Amino acid sequence: MATSTEINLGDVGARSAAYAEEMQGEHMTLNVGPSHPTTHGVLRLLIELDGDRVIKCEPVIGYLHRGDEKIAENMTYNQFVPYTDRLDYLAPLANNVAYAIAVEKLAKLEMPPRCQAIRVICCELARISSHLLGIGVFGMDAGAWTIFMYTFTQREKLYTLFEELTGARFTTSYTRIGGVARDMPDGWLGRVNKFCQDVLPVIDEVDKLLTRNKIFLQRTEGIGVITKEDALAYGITGANLRAAGIEADLRKDNPYCGYEHYDFEVPIGTRGDCFDRYLVRLEEMRQSVRIVRQAIEKMPEGPWYAESAKKIFAPPKSKVLSSMEELIQNFMIVTEGPQIPPGEVYFEAENPKGALGFYIVSKGGGVPYRLHIKGPSFVSLGILPKIMPGHLLTDITCILGSLDFVLGECDR
Amino acid sequence: MDTLVDTLKAKFNFVTPRASSDTEAVNVPAENLLAFAHYLRDELGYDMLLDLCGVDWDVAGLRFGVVYQFYHSGKKTYLRVATLAPDNMAPAVPSLAALWPSADWHEREAYDMFGIQFVGHPNLKRILMWDGYEFYPLRKEFPLAGIESELPAADTAEATNAKVIAAPMMGGPFNAKNEEHHHMSSAEPRAGDQSWTEDKPKPGQKG
Repeated sequence: MATSTEINLGDVGARSAAYAEEMQGEHMTLNVGPSHPTTHGVLRLLIELDGDRVIKCEPVIGYLHRGDEKIAENMTYNQFVPYTDRLDYLAPLANNVAYAIAVEKLAKLEMPPRCQAIRVICCELARISSHLLGIGVFGMDAGAWTIFMYTFTQREKLYTLFEELTGARFTTSYTRIGGVARDMPDGWLGRVNKFCQDVLPVIDEVDKLLTRNKIFLQRTEGIGVITKEDALAYGITGANLRAAGIEADLRKDNPYCGYEHYDFEVPIGTRGDCFDRYLVRLEEMRQSVRIVRQAIEKMPEGPWYAESAKKIFAPPKSKVLSSMEELIQNFMIVTEGPQIPPGEVYFEAENPKGALGFYIVSKGGGVPYRLHIKGPSFVSLGILPKIMPGHLLTDITCILGSLDFVLGECDR
Repeated sequence: MDTLVDTLKAKFNFVTPRASSDTEAVNVPAENLLAFAHYLRDELGYDMLLDLCGVDWDVAGLRFGVVYQFYHSGKKTYLRVATLAPDNMAPAVPSLAALWPSADWHEREAYDMFGIQFVGHPNLKRILMWDGYEFYPLRKEFPLAGIESELPAADTAEATNAKVIAAPMMGGPFNAKNEEHHHMSSAEPRAGDQSWTEDKPKPGQKG
């Protein structure tokens, strides 16, 4: 015979209400990274969450610290060029150029026009390459996978061009103090021109796919806003600063490499949110194509290294093998390094990720006494504790993607 | 026209011009740095602190210095300011993090690399190296190879008995070993079958 017993459940509604009350204000700490796809490298974020909302965000960096500044103090100026590849490893050519110009400024060395034009092309192609990846992965972070396929294809073509120019696809090490490693190969400019033709429709395609994409807009508009005041106070540079509505581009403000002779526009944003940062990068690529085309059009003839700087730039191999003086010169530069006069210099170049700065102290000789690198990504990540709180957990990916940082130059 | 350095010298008697090959530069004593920085930001409008870094000057007098790079985003001009920490044993300079938030991380880095204290910094702890690391790597006496120290994670260190070891400066896999009978084949890394060398014949071959 079945028996039934009465169970007293009590007041279920009141209990669950009390439980919800108890859970209220309970925070959870979430660890993101250091190995996580949204962190674009080895960034680690310690995030304090209230439900889905970020209360506090603390970036933890240093996982890619290699002691570049210490290494620089122990080698000649030219030997450090390959290390600059590994700062912003998505735009190694631009790093090479920035570093070379910094040292040349210390040596008060003027580059001949052809060298400058080659370097301008290098910088702008590096910018296109970096932004192609930046926008591609940003789209991916926001859920638009297709963009990445389009942009990565073009970036691949660029890498083929880099390989023709420098011999390496990724770690270019193209500049030397006082010039570049070698002149451009025959027909290379034509192929660059062809690439410029090919990349513009792809940029338009990305524009069509993303700029009016409702999902993308909803995920990026008004998210991760960096105000003008914050951007300046936190020292943000590059596209992230311009997206906040500040007209600042070192290529215009403090021209180097002969940028004052090129006709281009500097796009700036109005709101400083994720969407503006995307728009600024998209337009910058078009402007870079403009600059590259002008550089190709008026590519000057002449030497591609500073011929007068006999203690700084090693002479061409053909001369080294046929002339005693050049042989000695080459030997001295290889063994003792380029002879840089004593002094100190701080030089910043407008790199794809922002202003990459080198502070170099020379006490004479071929080795820097102190070489400090200011990576723009280091600065961009420093603002995260300020802008992250108040956003939803899902916005983190968007904000990180839109800041377009790279840990190689953040951790150095 | 007065240069910026002249203006600063007229305003503050502690400011001295600094030799520089690019931009205008001044020396400011550490004890006057805060007053100078306030003037720089609020009166002169240097709204960006782009960079600051420690330097181990290794001079007979004061050893540790901090070099600041300021930027005027309106006029697009740079200003370099250098200061020296008054005490070599416990170097300390005032923190500028309250004036320019960008100083926060840069000062942490200078503390991390040189052990320079930034007085008034809200959160002065290591940033690139791990908490609990004992050395200041960019000081001149710190060797390039590094110094053996404990792993950051104590539990891993206990389980694996591993330590952070100094980098091999010579005798790595690409160098011939300094032994009496050495061959390149024992020094160079190679893929595939490594069972035979000049000393040992290839399997299946008569030695």
